[in-house]
Amino acid sequence: MNDKETEVMTMNDRIKDDRITLDYGSGGLKTSELIESILLPAFDNAALSQLGDGAILGGSDKLVFSTDSFVVSPWKFPGGDIGKLSVCGTVNDLCMAGGIPKYLSLSFILEEGFSFSDFKSIVSSIADEAKQAGVSIVTGDTKVVDSGKGDGIYINTAGIGFQQAVLPGKSAIRPGDSVLVSGTIGCHGAAVMMARSGLLREDSPLVSDCQPLHKISAAALEAAGMTSESTDLSASIRILRDPTRGGVATTLNEFTEQMPFSIELDETALPVNPAVEVACDMLGLDPLYCACEGRMLAVCAPEAAEAVIDAIKKIPGGENAARIGTVTEDMPGKVLLKTPIGGRRILAKLTGMQLPRIC
Amino acid sequence: MLYDSYFKNPKGVPLLLDKIREYSDKTGPVRLMEICGTHTMAIARSGIKSILPENVQLLSGPGCPVCVTPSNMIDMILDLSQRPGILITSYGDLLRVPGSAQGDSLLARRADGGKVESVYSPMDAVKIAEERPDTEVIFLGAGFETTAPGTAACILEAAARGVKNFSVLCLLKRTEPAIRSLIESDDFAVNGFLCPGHVAAIIGADGFSFLPKDYRLPGVVSGFEPGDLLYSILELTEMLAQGTPELKNEYTRLVRQNGNSAAMALMERVFFPAGSDWRGLGQIPDSGYAIRDEYAGWDAMKKFSLSPAGEKEIPGCRCAQVIRGVLRPAECPLFKKGCSPDNPVGPCMVSGEGACAAAYQYGQT
Repeated sequence: MNDKETEVMTMNDRIKDDRITLDYGSGGLKTSELIESILLPAFDNAALSQLGDGAILGGSDKLVFSTDSFVVSPWKFPGGDIGKLSVCGTVNDLCMAGGIPKYLSLSFILEEGFSFSDFKSIVSSIADEAKQAGVSIVTGDTKVVDSGKGDGIYINTAGIGFQQAVLPGKSAIRPGDSVLVSGTIGCHGAAVMMARSGLLREDSPLVSDCQPLHKISAAALEAAGMTSESTDLSASIRILRDPTRGGVATTLNEFTEQMPFSIELDETALPVNPAVEVACDMLGLDPLYCACEGRMLAVCAPEAAEAVIDAIKKIPGGENAARIGTVTEDMPGKVLLKTPIGGRRILAKLTGMQLPRIC
Repeated sequence: MLYDSYFKNPKGVPLLLDKIREYSDKTGPVRLMEICGTHTMAIARSGIKSILPENVQLLSGPGCPVCVTPSNMIDMILDLSQRPGILITSYGDLLRVPGSAQGDSLLARRADGGKVESVYSPMDAVKIAEERPDTEVIFLGAGFETTAPGTAACILEAAARGVKNFSVLCLLKRTEPAIRSLIESDDFAVNGFLCPGHVAAIIGADGFSFLPKDYRLPGVVSGFEPGDLLYSILELTEMLAQGTPELKNEYTRLVRQNGNSAAMALMERVFFPAGSDWRGLGQIPDSGYAIRDEYAGWDAMKKFSLSPAGEKEIPGCRCAQVIRGVLRPAECPLFKKGCSPDNPVGPCMVSGEGACAAAYQYGQT
């Protein structure tokens, strides 16, 4: 390629790309680009730049703070609705930062014309889920926008929790560490996509995995002997993350990016519900890139793996916990997948949205 | 399910590989081409290339319907999406295909206010048209013989139900003329074909018997699971080692020798073979489908008097050579340097089925 060609393309690139497309909200590569090029430089501070699921706030109280917005369509899906999701999403972010969730804020943006009965059913699922997760909704806000300016209902929640344990983060990950997942992968993404295409029967075994992770994360941290008092950087659980948008593949790539290690997954060890596998085959999706809303990924020292998995398995929703991969050194920065036939390939970050294919 | 896991997770992999190695030791280096986007993805996802003997090289041919649609057609569609009162409906992966200007696509046009929706089935597009009588709903009928019957059925359905605000922009392609043109081109260097199982389910395994008959090239109609692919590769290397080119059908659980006659009758009723432009291959006689005059009311080309402008070349893009199997994705000067699935320059990087996207997403280790 000569220099002139490069120049022409970047020019075009700049002119044509001056707009936010849906890809920027996919949770994949473009989302990272947006965060790193616009948001981080604008708000630069130590708590934000960790880019954890939740921010650890300074001072002696050890608070964890996080926020999330919910725009899922359809608002009701098998296994949950936008209300349940809005509680689980923020609760789980707090848990992944080592927190015990306590308080939530709740903001609605409603579209003119949205039905009261639907609103009530969403509110009641928020109440149920908050109770389940042990959090109180202590502040909130409601706005209504003109018809056609919203998609029925959007919800934002923010949450505060107390820190249960100090997680050292991805810099503490070492070759030989184990990669664990707390249950079957991709159920939420596959269920929503099937519901969206009108292909899901009522009696289908395919339901979202949407659930609060507070018991699962607490059990894992306890099994690893981690508390808020110990600030030991060799703590046996290095990092926790819930693989939401972009799925397991994208989250693991966030662990390995620019780090001196790689992660190798064993495809045969991945817990995948057969209904998810079939749905993904039908829709042309990959479970590794489908969102989970009630699953936890953990990287831990190999000697702690068994105890952590056993502890998770005892919690409802954690029965299918499994060790799915190992931290290696052979291709630093990459996530690799060993396929059932013994092939090996790179598992990249999600690029853009997962779009259904032609044939 | 049992069937699926047998093909998905075959037990006899080492044995199959030993056999493939045995035959390919006899043949020396062989180049096998798949001509179906779903094969491209299946090969990449399963990591087959990383376990095959060195002598066996797999290449991607013109099998991705998005990739072979020329950029001037895409430009025409992009302009169409900005016309008031029009809604473009399409299979998902067409939404990200760039026109001749980088960064321009149906997704980008949608961000600019263009009306664009992705559908799983052309029938959904007919339904949308019925629900919105004030909108002209255009379905982008892309694909090979696999999607042609569905497209034909939706035109017949729209006609039967009198849905007048629906039309199809027919981008459908036929495989045989394209493969013939590829084989007859000067730089053709392929020893055998993995034939597309989905296309063959419609036109029958017989639809590919011209390979051994006219060109003395072996072909195997293959399924899409790792077991299917390995076994088909084994059959191809065996035929090459023995010098007995034939057309074999590995995908017998879905593909009949003479195809699906009901589907072919639908295609026959609505379409006729017509010359068509291919990215990378140029204009090939009888290589596309056009809508018969009887259904002109549902033909978007006629309804909106459309005609594509001349094809513009995308600077630096080597999709044309990649589609013909002359270059491998990594040999294109733009691969991973300015061209990635997030910022695709050419169509092979866009479609999930494109050779470049597969090489990028599922890169070998």
